Amino acid sequence: MAEPGLETRTLEPARLVGGSVGDFIALMKPRVMALVVFTAVVGMVLAPPGQHPVLAVIALICIAVGAGASGALNMWYDADIDALMQRTAARPIPRGRVTPEEALTFGVVLAAGSVTVLGVLVTWTAGALLALTIAFYLFVYTMWLKRRTPQNIVIGGAAGAFPPMIGWAAMTGSVSLEGVVLFLIIFLWTPPHFWALALYRARDYERAGVPMLPVVAGPDETRKQIVVYTALLVPLALVPAVMGFGGAFYTLAAIALDAVLLALALNVYRVREGRVADRAAKQLFAFSILYLFGLFAALLAERSLALWLA
Amino acid sequence: MDDRQQDWERRRKMRSIAIALVLVALVIIFYVATIVWLGGNVGKRQL
Repeated sequence: MAEPGLETRTLEPARLVGGSVGDFIALMKPRVMALVVFTAVVGMVLAPPGQHPVLAVIALICIAVGAGASGALNMWYDADIDALMQRTAARPIPRGRVTPEEALTFGVVLAAGSVTVLGVLVTWTAGALLALTIAFYLFVYTMWLKRRTPQNIVIGGAAGAFPPMIGWAAMTGSVSLEGVVLFLIIFLWTPPHFWALALYRARDYERAGVPMLPVVAGPDETRKQIVVYTALLVPLALVPAVMGFGGAFYTLAAIALDAVLLALALNVYRVREGRVADRAAKQLFAFSILYLFGLFAALLAERSLALWLA
Repeated sequence: MDDRQQDWERRRKMRSIAIALVLVALVIIFYVATIVWLGGNVGKRQL
């Protein structure tokens, strides 16, 4: 585990330098925000129409800000281990650009503001789901699971899976089976995505004392688990087609994306030594992002076209 | 005032501007959302 007291070492320079607007934007994890907004948009577009477009845009802003709040609160709590990992050492708190107190205040204000505005102006179901998502990401994933169990991203992945449901709830005021299916797709996508990253970043996680699966159970077990979760995800991606909210275009896209994802996962399982193994894991990690984007983009394109033609 | 202090002042000014812009955006959002919820003719209703 990381040394206690590391946070206090980052405090002093931050007080002297002072964070810029860009540092506070970085605290919100803009790339994660982009994926959250995109999946939420898909949930909104798939939902039965009826919500006023202005309120839909406000809902989207709230979801983005709520995701940013989660990122800031995560960086506040994880500042000690972020400083120890190469991938995260340049974040604003470890670099001494923002104090942990500033990040905490920023995160709390954004979280409270986004939930309140979403609840008051759009629907309280969406507001409650956004509050649940932020709380789950901070308390369940960041504080409880991340430093304790290799199942951290399996259970914690639920936080990243909520945005399509929030989007749906913002449009209808309720949750639906379609929203749950989209939730499950992201939920099962998360473990192979992050374990592929953890395979070639295992030393980073080990140094920081984060019990990711490759650190605790070894790379071979991780490779097996990647294949297991990918095998569960592949048929699930076809459920929207079975349920009827994914059409012929989605079905073809899902089959093609499934085939490539499964092939890359099996390649990670097969190639276990040297730089080739690292490259296989990197390929899977990179493609997994394209996979999720592709599935949701296919749903979005199909539904948008149907609405446009109607 | 040395370079470091000047840099600090510049960052603080930029942060203040950003906060002001966010507050203005919030005011606009609440105004527009209120109009959407109540309807455009809310000012003409019978009291």
